Amino acid sequence: MDTERLLAQLLCQYENTPGGLLPLLHAVQEDLGYVPPESIPAIAEVMNLSAAEVHGVISFYHDLKTSPVGRHTLQVCAAESCQAAGGRALEHAAQEQLGIGFGETTDDGSVTLEKVYCLGNCACSPSVRIDNETYARLDATGLTALIANIGQGEGAS
Amino acid sequence: MSQRFFIPRDTTAVAVGANEVANTLAAVLSEQVSEATIVRNGSRGAFWLEPLMEIETQGERVGFGPLFPEDVADIVALSPADRTEHPKYLGKLEEHPWFAGQQRLTFARSGLDDPLCLDAYLSRHGFDGLEHALHLPPEDIVDEVTRSGLRGRGGAAFPAGIKWNTVLQAAGDEKYIACNADEGDSGTFADRLLMESDPYMLIEGMTIAGLAVGAQQGYIYLRSEYPHAWEVMHTAIAKAEAAGYLGEGICDSDRQFHLELRLGAGSYICGEETAMLESLEGRRGVVRAKPPLPAIEGLFGKPTVVNNVLTLAAIPTIMAGGAEAYAALGQGRSLGTITLQLAGNIKNGGLVEVPYGATLRAILDQFGGGTRSGRPIRAIQVGGPLGAYLPEPLWDTPLDYEAFAAAGGMLGHGGVVVFDDTVDMAQQARFAMAFCAEESCGKCTPCRVGSVRGTEVMDRIIARESLDENMALLDDLCETMELGSLCAMGGLTPNPVRSALQYFPEDFA
Repeated sequence: MDTERLLAQLLCQYENTPGGLLPLLHAVQEDLGYVPPESIPAIAEVMNLSAAEVHGVISFYHDLKTSPVGRHTLQVCAAESCQAAGGRALEHAAQEQLGIGFGETTDDGSVTLEKVYCLGNCACSPSVRIDNETYARLDATGLTALIANIGQGEGAS
Repeated sequence: MSQRFFIPRDTTAVAVGANEVANTLAAVLSEQVSEATIVRNGSRGAFWLEPLMEIETQGERVGFGPLFPEDVADIVALSPADRTEHPKYLGKLEEHPWFAGQQRLTFARSGLDDPLCLDAYLSRHGFDGLEHALHLPPEDIVDEVTRSGLRGRGGAAFPAGIKWNTVLQAAGDEKYIACNADEGDSGTFADRLLMESDPYMLIEGMTIAGLAVGAQQGYIYLRSEYPHAWEVMHTAIAKAEAAGYLGEGICDSDRQFHLELRLGAGSYICGEETAMLESLEGRRGVVRAKPPLPAIEGLFGKPTVVNNVLTLAAIPTIMAGGAEAYAALGQGRSLGTITLQLAGNIKNGGLVEVPYGATLRAILDQFGGGTRSGRPIRAIQVGGPLGAYLPEPLWDTPLDYEAFAAAGGMLGHGGVVVFDDTVDMAQQARFAMAFCAEESCGKCTPCRVGSVRGTEVMDRIIARESLDENMALLDDLCETMELGSLCAMGGLTPNPVRSALQYFPEDFA
């Protein structure tokens, strides 16, 4: 389905949802991978907001993106529980192994690296999350294995 | 001989390999002739024993853990009589010292069954509290909650009954129940575990809250970092609706309560109640000035009960067992049970539910097992990123809201993050400021600017530049944040900073 039709459909779906902007933005991002800036005027009109207000909401939340990100997202927990269990070293290892900084995407577009403040997996720190799966008690070696497996099974393209 | 095998499916169990164990088990069992089923239950919260596998044979259920996939075939092959000899044998989990020493109310069912199986929930007193509440006038439900002494489990510890009564007395037909499931504090996972292991209990608690204050719509604001909890809660709400426990005509009564699950978007401040309401309304998660209280003017400007997951999940127990039984536990003004989450550099990490009043040291001695690194514990941060770092002499503080406050700490949401002696407390103090700078909503200046300046001052202190001057500046900055911030984020960020300075001065010299 083309982007415009998809957006129109989502706008219909959330138009009458009380406080529906955040669920709508989540849905747009779920389908398109990000919230295209050119979709903001249409979103604003349907939700009875100004474009500035919609932009303000998007820019407030860490999760919402306005440009494409990698096919996979690696989040390294940078909060206290993980710090207490070797998380700071893991933060460095993740950047080193992927050759990028936090907030960046690898050149091949496969992985975006992010910091996250707590995955709620604190009894087995330190943790990382890859897409929707969380991994515990990691060290640099364990992380290497996980990174090597990212994108496995996507098929040769 | 029919057997049931239980392997938890919650985030942490899966993170340490429960799916691999379950897959191996399925393969092993497929080669057997005898009848066996695999149940993916929630976790009991003893995460140091995960991946855990329990085997139920003729009504008797024993556990093994922590397991690797290669352990599975041997254990399955054991006759019940030979199981006790296995090195990973744990016996009946209820009798295991780690559980026998707890007194579980809110987490009594956690990890026993498939969290989405409604029949299992009903068979363990599920919806008893709701059935009882349906026969009571709203005032009586509120009165029961008030007499139980239940206080908000999110961190602020405000008496739930007083809040509910304010909403009940507020004028208007349109009221809301907003469940705060934006569990952002590092070192906490109790909300997540409850939602992933016993989701109907939260649904039941929220429905009772709706009956009590006259609200017909509830929202659960769940953080996006919890994708598994989202799936479980989403399905649980649909199943509860289909079975008549949510929606129109609850349990064949003429009452109604609708529940919607909403997803956060990675913002810590949205765990602050007014920022959460803003976010639920589809706006930036910017803190509101109080008054008006959310109980008077909350979601969409209507009277709203805002409670944490654990507060609402305590309600079914109180309604089914009575306020007196609940209030009989604990001490002083901290009644009922506290849910501690042992985290950080800890050997036996997991969820411990006990009556208020035990000391932190007693809990760590009984359940913690020391650090995972094997080194001595140096500091413990209780109550999340806004909680103080406690040195050894303060570990004798009883787990009680007032006692902790008197010692300069806070219980918060019950997170207990353990650090060994390799921790650099100056770095931890810097992080507190940097985290506040990252997550401040930006509304008030002391928090928005103070945290940025605080990070810079900490950098200079770490570099040992003009130490006296910068220490004085940091103190001044902390005071400004404490006195001038609109909410707890800016107001309490100085807690970890000041406690690090006060109790661990050698790291700043």
